Amino acid sequence: MLAVVNLQVHYGGIAAVKGISFAIEKGETVAFVGANGAGKTSMLKALSRLLPVGTKGSIRLSGEEIIALPTHRLIHRGLALVPEGRGVFARLSVAENLAMGAYIRKDKQEIAGDLERVYALMPHLKARHRQLAGTLSGGEQQMLALGRALMGRPQLLLLDEPSMGLAPMMVHKVFETIRAVAAQQVTILLVEQNAKLALETASRGYVMESGRITLTDSSTNLLADPRVRQAYLGE
Amino acid sequence: MDIFFQQIVNGLTLGSLYAIVALGYTMVYGIIQLINFAHGEVVMFGAMIALSVVSTASGSGFPPLAAVLVGILAAIPACMTLGYLLERVAYRPLRRAPRLAPLITAIGMSIVLQQVAMMIWSRNVLSFPQNLPVILYEVAGASISALQIAIIGLCLTMMAGLAFVVYRTRLGAAMRATAENPEIARLMGVDVDRVIAATFVIGAALAAVAGLLVGIYYGLAHYTMGATLGMKAFSAAVLGGIGNIPGAMVGGILLGLVEALGAGYIGDFTDLCQYGIFDAIFQARCADGGNLVLFGSNYQDVFAFVVLILVLVFRPSGLLGERVAERA
Ligand SMILES: Nc1ncnc2c1ncn2[C@@H]1O[C@H](COP(=O)(O)OP(=O)(O)OP(=O)(O)O)[C@@H](O)[C@H]1O
Ligand SMILES: [Mg+2]
Repeated sequence: MLAVVNLQVHYGGIAAVKGISFAIEKGETVAFVGANGAGKTSMLKALSRLLPVGTKGSIRLSGEEIIALPTHRLIHRGLALVPEGRGVFARLSVAENLAMGAYIRKDKQEIAGDLERVYALMPHLKARHRQLAGTLSGGEQQMLALGRALMGRPQLLLLDEPSMGLAPMMVHKVFETIRAVAAQQVTILLVEQNAKLALETASRGYVMESGRITLTDSSTNLLADPRVRQAYLGE
Repeated sequence: MDIFFQQIVNGLTLGSLYAIVALGYTMVYGIIQLINFAHGEVVMFGAMIALSVVSTASGSGFPPLAAVLVGILAAIPACMTLGYLLERVAYRPLRRAPRLAPLITAIGMSIVLQQVAMMIWSRNVLSFPQNLPVILYEVAGASISALQIAIIGLCLTMMAGLAFVVYRTRLGAAMRATAENPEIARLMGVDVDRVIAATFVIGAALAAVAGLLVGIYYGLAHYTMGATLGMKAFSAAVLGGIGNIPGAMVGGILLGLVEALGAGYIGDFTDLCQYGIFDAIFQARCADGGNLVLFGSNYQDVFAFVVLILVLVFRPSGLLGERVAERA
């Protein structure tokens, strides 16, 4: 599904992602964990071409090289990113935000069906569908951003810290939703501070440290690994 | 009282024209935070092209209304092309440059377009063929011309059409999404460059119609006409809250009214003879109902800039604009 070779991101002279390579199979859920500043967000932004990437690397999506494509073309090819923090359109209503999620789609009836499914997952959003998204609570905005991404029916879903700033109940709800999406064979790349939750959700994981992948294994092995337990599980 | 209604009608006519031009400024500002100083020149090109076409058509025997229609049909696509080229050639290459760069470029493009117009149409004031029948209606002591009614009606229709596009269509949703956060709009699959180009093209189409209407209303066109008109429409956009589409409509109409009423009454208000305190000094001038007017209606153009300054001092976000802090 996704094959990345030697991906690099620089901010001015400073390297944030120092040539990482990895691959994700179709239908997999893979976690990326790492400390603050490890380069996880930079990697996701580079994958979705919101950041310029070094020309030497390669990003293949379903076998096709996409490193030179603009962001909006990638979205048409089934990629979706739920960005870190609140990426909702504050001055658009909840319903308009969800409609923007389906911007690339033309199948009106199926969109309506998907909208009902999203509202069923997030009933509190349905009650507020005419409200401006900027007036939602932080957690509700996070849910809206996730729901909006689902409206595009992505094949590869990139999630940047979906649990950030959420109360435990909401975190539970978000991850329940993620598992439900994963069960529908959507490939998921999950970046999370909450390493335990991320690894319990994913089948395998990568550990990032200062712009490099330093460890990769199945989730079970990573959760048992003393280095991971010490650095990311607080033991 | 008669003059009051008369000036309301005149103000609504002017104001709806300002509103249409102000929309062009505000839409572009809303989406890329650029004050497109060349927008007034797009209006001027609309007027000039329309004038040439209407004159030619009239000369070759078209009935007056048909000639105007042909003029509009020629000016709209021409201005749309001009708006597209402006964005493509002058502004897009500077998308990632510091904000001052496109701003200065906009001023430069405005000068370039004026000079080009001067080379094509000469530096003379050109007059529109005066062959539209003049029909006047008397309402409440004011006389309203059919032309004024047509201008107000057409402008309101265009505003309604634009509101429909912006708030009810897929392109409009993409425009509003891009205006708010281009990066997230990209993530929705929006081709942001195309949406920005579309914004320029729509603004230019409105400008074309405004140019033709202004030309017919005043009966003339000149290569510098876009400068004053543009500054006034820009003031109207700021009055309504730059970047805010309903704001530009409200600001335009309000500015037209302020201008018309101001022009209608400034002579009376600045007639020193009516204030007793000056009697001793101006005895001779004021005797037998004489007057000594400080500012006449020729000061009409000043009002737009007084309004602009007042808004910038007391409410920089404009009437309908959100407070600046909200767009952090
Ligand atoms: N716009 C920027 N300009 C300069 N440096 C940046 C920029 N964005 C990120 N960086 C730097 O790049 C490095 C990686 O940042 P990044 O946001 O990718 O980390 P992260 O792994 O997502 O961290 P977190 O878990 O805190 O979200 C950091 O050292 C950060 O300071
Ligand atoms: Mg991050």
